[in-house]
Amino acid sequence: MWKRFRSNMGAMVGVALLIAVIVVAVIAPMLFPQGPWQMVQRPFLAPFAVDGLPLGTDTLGRNVAAQLAYGAQVSLLVGLVSTLVALLIGVPLGALAGFYGGYVDEGAMRFTEFFQTIPNFALAIVLVAIFEPTLTSITVAIAIVSWPPVARLVRAEVMSVRTREFVDAARLAGLSKQRILIRQVLPNTVSPIIVMASLMVATAILLESSLSFLGLGDPNAMSWGYMIGAARTVIRTSWWLSFFPGIAIVITVLALNLIGEGLNDAFNPHLSRKGKA
Amino acid sequence: MSQTLSIERLTIGLPDGADRPFAVENVSFTIDKGEILCVVGESGSGKSMTANALMGLLPPGVDVKSGRAMFEGRDVLRLSEAEKQAMRGAQVAMIFQEPMTALNPLMRIGDQIAEVFAAHNLYTQSERRARTLDLVREVGLPDPEKIVRAYPFQLSGGQRQRAMIAMALALEPKLLIADEPTTALDVTTQAQILKLILDLRKRRGMAVMFITHDFGVVAEIADQVIVMREGKVVERGDAAAVLENPQHEYTKRLLDAIPTGKLPEARTLSETPALEIKNLRKTFRTGGGLFKPVREVHAVDDVSLTVARGEVLGLVGESGSGKSTLGRTAVRLVTPDGGHVMVGGVDLAALSEEELRKQRNKVQMVFQDPYASLNPRQRIMGALTDGPINRGVPKEKAQAKARELLEIVGLGADAAMRYPHEFSGGQRQRIGIARALAMEPELIIADEAVSALDVSIQAQVLDLLRELRERLSLSILFITHDLRVAAQLCDRIAVMQKGKLVEIGRVDEIFLAPKQDYTRQLLAAVPGADWAQSQEVPA
Repeated sequence: MWKRFRSNMGAMVGVALLIAVIVVAVIAPMLFPQGPWQMVQRPFLAPFAVDGLPLGTDTLGRNVAAQLAYGAQVSLLVGLVSTLVALLIGVPLGALAGFYGGYVDEGAMRFTEFFQTIPNFALAIVLVAIFEPTLTSITVAIAIVSWPPVARLVRAEVMSVRTREFVDAARLAGLSKQRILIRQVLPNTVSPIIVMASLMVATAILLESSLSFLGLGDPNAMSWGYMIGAARTVIRTSWWLSFFPGIAIVITVLALNLIGEGLNDAFNPHLSRKGKA
Repeated sequence: MSQTLSIERLTIGLPDGADRPFAVENVSFTIDKGEILCVVGESGSGKSMTANALMGLLPPGVDVKSGRAMFEGRDVLRLSEAEKQAMRGAQVAMIFQEPMTALNPLMRIGDQIAEVFAAHNLYTQSERRARTLDLVREVGLPDPEKIVRAYPFQLSGGQRQRAMIAMALALEPKLLIADEPTTALDVTTQAQILKLILDLRKRRGMAVMFITHDFGVVAEIADQVIVMREGKVVERGDAAAVLENPQHEYTKRLLDAIPTGKLPEARTLSETPALEIKNLRKTFRTGGGLFKPVREVHAVDDVSLTVARGEVLGLVGESGSGKSTLGRTAVRLVTPDGGHVMVGGVDLAALSEEELRKQRNKVQMVFQDPYASLNPRQRIMGALTDGPINRGVPKEKAQAKARELLEIVGLGADAAMRYPHEFSGGQRQRIGIARALAMEPELIIADEAVSALDVSIQAQVLDLLRELRERLSLSILFITHDLRVAAQLCDRIAVMQKGKLVEIGRVDEIFLAPKQDYTRQLLAAVPGADWAQSQEVPA
């Protein structure tokens, strides 16, 4: 598995990029101890115009490089936590629906469809607008709009695994239904869940950026979306203010997508049964 | 006789990392006009690869390294893709093992046959229709006018295979390649298809390359035989000669491994029953919408039988006869509609879900598919100890017992810490047996437990079961579609048809003096029956 993943060039590039982003996020306080909000120079300084400000300054004279580094923290945190929360909602719901079937399935799936019929982004905006725009509420909002596909995926996987003969064997061993679901069925559904989760982190980062761009982000958190949003009025005179955070988003999302695809290829080789000659 | 196909020193390479460098190595043979050549071998012997190479259907990464295949004066291995396409269907046709997946499920049977003409730009629409009807009639499909308008799912397995044969015959090929065409079929249907192929050969004089793993089938139809093993031809010759006087060690082993229908000594059976099934009924209902009537299938229809302690009862029937449902009902994976399943004084059919879990250990099952019956993410130790620990056996004791059982089934105790994918099909089946034994059951139900295995592996697993029967005085309900296998292992045989128990009796009674017509039909359909009979005398 790991060997197949490693031999995938794209996936390894993705891992390298993601590690780079993580490193920047972690060492941000050491690189820029004064924080992202501190005004350090004249506003609208172009990249490399002044020593020590390689990416220039923004409309208020703040260091763009520092903003980017702290923004990485916010993006990664929101992406990871919201995906975890989405998995916590989606996996149990989908597993119950797929395993027990019948009314449980009907109920769970109608509930899921209720969320699926509302456009993701619109629902996220409404949720953030209702709550205070804090990092927590944004994370929760993103999780709430992104769990339905998880539930559907897990349900489908569980439904197919539960008909396999080893599940019958476990029933004959006298194991309880919960135990069969948790110990026998769910471990056989992890690979597609991992793949989906890696792609969901990317989507969550994009959602957070979009919300911040619209001014619905946490006003106390520096994020890439907020930077682009704040710079949109001066995009013709100060291109670097929107260009660098844009590149940061592209790189991070691309890295996660590459990793996701690499995982998918590694998990689904067509070798599970050796073909007969 | 003139040669239709002549293969000279064919070698097919496998991609790097395969278990051997060549799928097929230095294979030469010829097929004359009107001759049936059987290529026999176990899975992985390269027999299908040879056929695929002729048709230009080799999977990516596998290619012809050297050799020639002369057909109609041309080397078919060196043709361009366009020439190959013109040759396929028109001069060489192929039929496959799985008739359901080989037919397009969304296309009517008639259209699929007519498409063969269309693909080669032959005839007008109406001529194509007329010829399609002729073909359907020739392969003996019932009610031709109606069946050309049917979809594949409306046909039975045997009918689908006939439709495939009609497609293959459409352009009057000179060579027909049949890749295990009867393996997925019932014995009676298999006998019909074999007869059809023999008829067609006689009528059309085409050459047939018939790939099979079953020496019974060889005895039925072959003129010439080649036996392949690991990509090499180990024996060749006239069918009669090879069957009666095999030269190579491997051929002898294959022939020995065939369940020949040699009848075992009748044993005296104990009086106490291990399993009593009384008036068991199970009906499946499907459909039943607003406009559709409910379709009922009586899978098990008022069946009563007993398995004595220490007895092996064979349950034989064709697919759809309800034998698997009976087995699954007996372990209560399926809850019956009525009747009793008495095991050790407890009626399993009447227990509630909770009570049942406590009694589960009484009846255990060995499943058919060795690849699906073990959890790929659980070590063997887990599979063997989950049940006992759940019953309250201390963990150390359960693990010690699991190791002991793995020794008993011939795998060795260190197998316990490995994962299922490290084992072959036959080994997995041994693990399945050990898992069933770990629960200390009163009865084991083996549902087609050896059907998915190669003959030599099959023989080993049967030996194991026979040994366990003696050693642990096991009671087994052995469900199989193969009478020959049942004859090897069982004390008595029960025959099921359409959910009903047709006949039950000692093995020699069933084989030598069957009372019911249906049983007689089944016995007559066993491939190689005559040949096996003749073998019995010296044995």
